[in-house]
Amino acid sequence: MADVKTAAYICKGCEIGTRLDTDALVKAATKSGKMNIVREHDFLCSAEGVALIQNDIDNEGVTHAALCACSRRAKTDAFNFPTIAVSRGNLREGVIWIRPDTDAARETTQDMAEDYVRMACAEVKAMQVPQGNQNTGAVKTLLVVGGGISGMTSALESSKAGYKVVLVEKTGALGGWAAKLHKRVPTREPFKAPEDNGVSDMVARIEADSNIKVYLNATIAKTDGAPGRFKVEIAIESGSVANEDIGAIVQATGFTLYDANKLPELGYGKSPNVVDQAGLEALASAAAAAGKPICRPSDGQPVNKVVFVQCAGQRDNSGTHLPYCSGFCCNTSIKQAMYFKDSNPDIDTVVLFTDLRTPGNGEDFYRSAQNKGVIFSKGVVSDVSAAGNACSVKFKDLILNEEVDTQADLVVLATGMVPTSGPDLDQLSEANRVAEGGDEGAKQHVVELMSKSVLNLTYRQGPDVPHFKHGFNDSHFICFPYETRRTAMYTAGPVRRPMDIAQAQEDATGAAMKAIQAMENAGLGKAAHPRAGDLSFPTVRLEGCTQCKRCTVECPFGAIDEDAKRFPLFNESRCRRCGTCMGACPVRVISFENYSVNTVGSQIKAVDVPDEFAEKPRILILACENDAYPALDMAAMNRHEYDPFVRVIPIRCLGSVNTIWITDALNGGYDGVMLMGCKHGEEYQCHFVKGSELGRYRLSKVGDTLKGMNLETERVMDLEVAITDIATLPQKINDYAALIKSFPPSPFKGF
Amino acid sequence: MSDLNQKMAAKYQNNFLKEIEEQAEMGEWVKMCMQCGLCSGSCPTNFQAGWDHPPQELFMMIRAGKRDEVLKSNSMWMCTSCYNCYVRCPRKVPVTHVMHGIAEYAYRIGQSPKNQPTQHLSKTFWDNCTKTGRVNEVKLTQSLYFKDGIGSGIKKAMEMQSVALGLVKAKRLNLLEAVGIAHKCKDIKGIHAMLAKANELEAKRKAEKAEA
Repeated sequence: MADVKTAAYICKGCEIGTRLDTDALVKAATKSGKMNIVREHDFLCSAEGVALIQNDIDNEGVTHAALCACSRRAKTDAFNFPTIAVSRGNLREGVIWIRPDTDAARETTQDMAEDYVRMACAEVKAMQVPQGNQNTGAVKTLLVVGGGISGMTSALESSKAGYKVVLVEKTGALGGWAAKLHKRVPTREPFKAPEDNGVSDMVARIEADSNIKVYLNATIAKTDGAPGRFKVEIAIESGSVANEDIGAIVQATGFTLYDANKLPELGYGKSPNVVDQAGLEALASAAAAAGKPICRPSDGQPVNKVVFVQCAGQRDNSGTHLPYCSGFCCNTSIKQAMYFKDSNPDIDTVVLFTDLRTPGNGEDFYRSAQNKGVIFSKGVVSDVSAAGNACSVKFKDLILNEEVDTQADLVVLATGMVPTSGPDLDQLSEANRVAEGGDEGAKQHVVELMSKSVLNLTYRQGPDVPHFKHGFNDSHFICFPYETRRTAMYTAGPVRRPMDIAQAQEDATGAAMKAIQAMENAGLGKAAHPRAGDLSFPTVRLEGCTQCKRCTVECPFGAIDEDAKRFPLFNESRCRRCGTCMGACPVRVISFENYSVNTVGSQIKAVDVPDEFAEKPRILILACENDAYPALDMAAMNRHEYDPFVRVIPIRCLGSVNTIWITDALNGGYDGVMLMGCKHGEEYQCHFVKGSELGRYRLSKVGDTLKGMNLETERVMDLEVAITDIATLPQKINDYAALIKSFPPSPFKGF
Repeated sequence: MSDLNQKMAAKYQNNFLKEIEEQAEMGEWVKMCMQCGLCSGSCPTNFQAGWDHPPQELFMMIRAGKRDEVLKSNSMWMCTSCYNCYVRCPRKVPVTHVMHGIAEYAYRIGQSPKNQPTQHLSKTFWDNCTKTGRVNEVKLTQSLYFKDGIGSGIKKAMEMQSVALGLVKAKRLNLLEAVGIAHKCKDIKGIHAMLAKANELEAKRKAEKAEA
């Protein structure tokens, strides 16, 4: 290792210089921080300030720099020194902006600032410059699974961006559901009439595109490897197998319509005159091909009245059918009603809805249908019976509050979308567990579940990306769109959540861009979302490893396998750098170059803990860098004040918290430890999916340790923080500080 | 009148929506209602005064083909023409005008509720006003008060006595109007001719529509 030369820079801008005694800060950096060079500057993020640091790097050989200025989230463009290790002391958002400018507060504010300087110095000395793993794969070919609208859009967009694409389609033709549509919901002004489905144009563009290689009648037999170096086996119906090297994957496997046979009360199967929406599209296409109007299937006679039943088997709270709204079907029914109205305005078309939802520009389309005379009635259908050529539809009119029985020649059921999302991994692992016991039924179940697999991953966590709600492949569709819980695998279209064609195309474009970013990052050894661009990766000191497997089991992204000797084997390019493995490791042998048990531990130890008579308690806050730390920064920008006895250390994820930090803090005389992480559980907001949950599980065991140390269990507190808790967070900190002050000082001070 | 009613019922069979669209003024807007209920929520009468059906419900009934119930409903007559619903309707349905259009149609074909107070006031006011071109306040008040008979008429008149005296003192009410000495327009003949022409045009237009 090259010579280490450390430097600390104290910025005096943004009132830091007037609010704080910077001479004392320099002293703290020199004496306690033991930095080789310590400089002050009036305006460190200015060109002149940056040049000062760059000059020290170039001419003084500085390798480690502690920049004591603003939050690590601010001025990242200016303070960008990729060749050296950099830590940040947060004197602005962390100190002067959250403290009042009064004589009474001056001393504790100064204490706070000096501690943050010491912490930044301690941290940087424990850091190394991340090198990035040069051995991860550099394949830049995108695999798109599914040749429907979403898949074709992903392929075309990626090709336009200059990337090679392998497009795998299960059936014999591209186009998916959209190809079966007679017409589609309008995409252009004035959004008044159905338009051509546009599939043939897309197929032609794909066929003409030399970047896109299409496999028809093909499925994915096996996906091995990691981002940037996937080895994919494609099984073709003819029996041959193709092998492709792949960088990242977009799964656009779409949906099937909910099986209308499950809705006998709505007459499906009892009469050919009751169809689902796909059935009507088939009738419309056939009629158009024959140049005739749509006829009654039972006897081929003209249709005089059509009833559209919305939410058929959807939005069902009883648990029998789909609980969700599929979002596309209202517009589809409007479109299908127009098939009739446009050919003959005298045909009665009635749409029975409970809530008409027309996303996109559907509101104009809805108005257009009303203008054309489509009748919309708010009602819930209870029964459709068919006798001869007529259907009788019973429904409760919700506006007029009465039971109505109406006759129709044709009834169209708007059934919803069921994602083609592969087997449920929880079910699969349970079935596997039972099957290991030799149960034949369970073995059959495993085979059946595996037959649904889309990607056939060789990952230890299962063959596909995990389901989220209602069987869709998603992680958190508001915060992290397209992300699945596997790295470099993105879902687009109705496999992610129910959506219409327009949304699916937007989705497919977004997922393709994400996949391209993931491939590029993987090739450079950089992390994907949410630490996109991070070059650090976890290393393990194998000689200390006890093979307890906690890291392999807990990694939320399946990045850690076991090698032949049962040691953890990292697939860095699958890793998102959350540090959950590091938090899990009981012997603390896992670390990142710039984030380790030591980088945080040395900060905890660098804080000056006054003795029990000083009446200056110390509270450690470990704050998640994704939500809690930005919330604290924003609270500071709004000048919400909080207690001067807290010391905040940002962490990558609550899951990366190793309990040794808490033990060290309490042993070191801290009076309390507060942990701030994201929401976990079903509605989780953790950026690393399971990190905050795992972190909390570990923390739940801390109570016993505290009792063993004869300390109040409240001395360790876990707080769920969302990025929006800007106004409430300071109050929660103050409340906790007040609670800690009500306890006697920690008995461990001064040891 | 009931002839016209029967004729219309026969003409449109069960398609009451079409009947309203073609025969009632502004009736073509009924189909555009999306049942959000903002009109009902915005109505300052809050339906305390005994509306049979709030506007959006009335529109739904038209679509459901409830001909008799709609035409005989008092709802259209309860509207105070404040235009709150008109202004607020997200579909830009001119709710106030549609209500008036349906009311007028119901009246025209003789299906509107009998003895409905606002309908009575409208009719009385119109007849009173068009006679001389100016409103004869005393006679208008009389015909309103004595609508339900002598007894209730005297009772209402006694209740309003102080108001009437105040108006007389302030010279806002001329008691001589009771015997026909009242303010009137200069060119009564001209006004009558104008109204007759308007009536003729309107009747012709409506007849054409009814025959179409």
